[in-house]
Amino acid sequence: MADHHGPAQGISRWLFTTNHKDIGTMYLWFSFAMFLLGGFFAMVIRAELFQPGMQLVEPGFFNQMTTLHGLVMVFGAIMPSFVGLANWLIPMMIGAPDMALPRMNNWSFWILPPAFLMLASTLFMEGGAPAFGWTFYAPLSTTYAAPSVTFFIFAIHILGVSSIMGSINIIATVMNMRAPGMTYMKMPMFVWTWLITAFLLVAVMPVLAGAVTMMLMDIHFGTSFFSAAGGGDPVLFQHIFWFFGHPEVYIIILPAFGVVSQIIPAFSRKPLFGYASMVYATASIAFLSFIVWAHHMYTVGMPIAGELFFMYATMLIAVPTGVKVFNWISTMWRGALSFETPMLFCIGFLILFTLGGFTGLMLSIAPADFQYHDTYFVVAHFHYVMVAGAVFSMTAAVYYWLPKWCGRMYNEAMGKTHFWVSFIGFNITFFPQHFVGLAGMPRRIPDYALQFADFNMMSSIGAFIYGASQLLFLYNVVATIVAGKPVSEEKVWDGAEGLEWTVATPAPYHTFEEPPLVPKPAGTI
Amino acid sequence: MGKRVSGAAVAFFAPLAAAENQLNMSPGVTEIGADIFQLHMLIMWICVAIGVAVFAVMFYSIYAHRKSKGHQAAQFHESTRVEVAWTVVPFLILIAMAVPATSTLLEVYDNDEAELDILITGYQWKWKYEYLDESGEPVAFFSNLATSQEEIYNTEHKGDNYLLEVDEPLVIPTNTKVRFLVTANDVIHSWWVPEIAVKRDAIPGFINEAWTRVPEEGIYRGQCTELCGAYHGFMPVEVHAVSPEDFDAWLLAKRGAAAAQTQLAMQTLSVDELMDRGKAVYDSACLACHGAQGEGGIGNAIAGSTVVLGDLSSHMAVVAGGVSGTAMQAFGGQLNDVELAAVLTYQRNAFGNNTGDVVQPGDVAGMKNG
Repeated sequence: MADHHGPAQGISRWLFTTNHKDIGTMYLWFSFAMFLLGGFFAMVIRAELFQPGMQLVEPGFFNQMTTLHGLVMVFGAIMPSFVGLANWLIPMMIGAPDMALPRMNNWSFWILPPAFLMLASTLFMEGGAPAFGWTFYAPLSTTYAAPSVTFFIFAIHILGVSSIMGSINIIATVMNMRAPGMTYMKMPMFVWTWLITAFLLVAVMPVLAGAVTMMLMDIHFGTSFFSAAGGGDPVLFQHIFWFFGHPEVYIIILPAFGVVSQIIPAFSRKPLFGYASMVYATASIAFLSFIVWAHHMYTVGMPIAGELFFMYATMLIAVPTGVKVFNWISTMWRGALSFETPMLFCIGFLILFTLGGFTGLMLSIAPADFQYHDTYFVVAHFHYVMVAGAVFSMTAAVYYWLPKWCGRMYNEAMGKTHFWVSFIGFNITFFPQHFVGLAGMPRRIPDYALQFADFNMMSSIGAFIYGASQLLFLYNVVATIVAGKPVSEEKVWDGAEGLEWTVATPAPYHTFEEPPLVPKPAGTI
Repeated sequence: MGKRVSGAAVAFFAPLAAAENQLNMSPGVTEIGADIFQLHMLIMWICVAIGVAVFAVMFYSIYAHRKSKGHQAAQFHESTRVEVAWTVVPFLILIAMAVPATSTLLEVYDNDEAELDILITGYQWKWKYEYLDESGEPVAFFSNLATSQEEIYNTEHKGDNYLLEVDEPLVIPTNTKVRFLVTANDVIHSWWVPEIAVKRDAIPGFINEAWTRVPEEGIYRGQCTELCGAYHGFMPVEVHAVSPEDFDAWLLAKRGAAAAQTQLAMQTLSVDELMDRGKAVYDSACLACHGAQGEGGIGNAIAGSTVVLGDLSSHMAVVAGGVSGTAMQAFGGQLNDVELAAVLTYQRNAFGNNTGDVVQPGDVAGMKNG
């Protein structure tokens, strides 16, 4: 394949690029920078919680840390990282030369850094950064918020715009630019999960924008959407937020499912089991995500009918999620398994995400949730699905596709070390949080009763280990790019399947200028 | 930060109190608490069983189907029968879970026929309890964190009930259906006591209901569980369940004290008495923000404050009406006339403010009435 023109030179390459690989790379590096920033906030939190009593920070600042940790990780680290992955991989997986809307692609990335700069700058404003949690419940986030909340609202708007543009781009690309013969039911699972995710994003990001706009109106223009004193309703905020928020968690996890569905077959040397059922399960999860939001609100005093509806609907999610887990394990069953770093992270994902799924099922039981709600049990639950789910699978993806991206192989021993340190550190951090949560420790508190002391100390030690292991990851990736052992086979992994493994390694700047032939039958990814 | 560094360093390394490490949910003392606990255990064991089965298959595969052992990959990749099975079976298991969950939920929602109603109002950062009972003097009081700043900032040894103790607990009678009406004054709070399995959000402008019937006398502790601002971690709940006889006696005494306060409000108090009462009020209501020596913190300094040293009526306006847009709350509804008079007197004379002003309850009542 001839390279008609390479990238521009210098900084302008990155500023003006419309190349899906360049934009994907920028998304990935940006999200990793945000991952380190959000991780730093987490370290501050765990350092303060190392022992009972206030040692390092004041309670108000502690709340700023929990808020920014959540916002930066969700909107800055996890979401952009999967958008970066989508940029790199979707065109290569469906045999397209680039994304359908390349200029919008550039724009959707470049509005992100200023948004996060603005969000981070609130730390230095009078009154401090937002301190109302990443869920920003009114009226704590309106009447009682620091003035920086206005900047927070603006930042959220920009992130929403970026996500919507990215999603439209993915939908347009998948619908219009598939190579001849690449029918929907032949698309790799990663493309499927992202297509469904993109629809979720387009559906719910405007809802979030609506919520923050109503906040803005309440704060500056005298409305009372969320103030009972003016005829509004603080619970309305929660309904709107979680109507966005629950699909949001599937926005985070569905692409992770896609990644795992690519990698497990590769290292099992066996096609993905139940491809069609995986597609249907993903779509079912996406549908259910719209009718379960109020399970985050079991204690707000909903009528019993609402409580029961949301409980039953939420429990139902276990069915398609279970189907996915069973399919992954059936994929491994009687394969020829090998355990390179990407596979290790996927198995780690499988175990820990399933644990997070079990606690999710427990949390769906409304009467039991009265005891779990807003405790560390919830914190443990969502870190099992967010960190061990999304972040582990993202890490697996980087190790898996990095050789294709840069034509160099990462250091396997270092990768495996990264996995084991992460896996152990993660569990030391978050497993004890189930215990303190069940024993009655509320979340988002800067100081705690003495009975929670031992497990919190353990948790903090685990967090430092987990945090440090990410620096090893950074080092491994940089060392690979700079001086990794060159690889030139098109199919870097012997079990890998898919069009991205038919192009040269490293992937040339332009791929599939001529559409490829798609010979494979359905079900073989 | 950097507060009392040397003391902090000593306390930082001090051995922690040997509290037991509780691993599981409290079974609770109430019937509903026990039901919820059993439900929790049931679901957990079902999950454990499924987990063991699923992971056993996975680990067996990891063990037996390794490429390094020369295992050849099979190429099967679908089976409708299997897919249907693992859709239907989990669905049936879910129905089995939903049955006890529904019946427990119905119990939790059965708020009828309460014998005692208590209005719980969340404030930043304390709880107010009001006993709603038509007969007799109304009983209402605030329940503040009793743990000292010294314990929190590690200069003193932390007591057994660190952060879980209040100055004035909620008292309820045993074997009585008590209904809680839960609301809030400012932001959303959530009132939780694990051992009686009651957690209800306290939402400004709305009143939520919850109930309990505690069979055993005892002290049950909990905390606010909805992020409510800087001191969210410092607004515990302490419930004392006492026998109905003791409860009646307690309520009678509270009524008497309330009546005495009303009496007191009509009297002229001595400077010493006002200062004593004022210090007590200051320590519980003002100190967290304005500092033990009036040096300020979250709030402005009291020592040398132009408001405090200035005109009494504007001082009163700030204390009683709060300052909107800041953390300064309106204490007019939280403190009675005696307490307001005392704390005004105290602020105007303590911390070197020495104005010599004495504010009497009658003055406060006069200012309130315009």
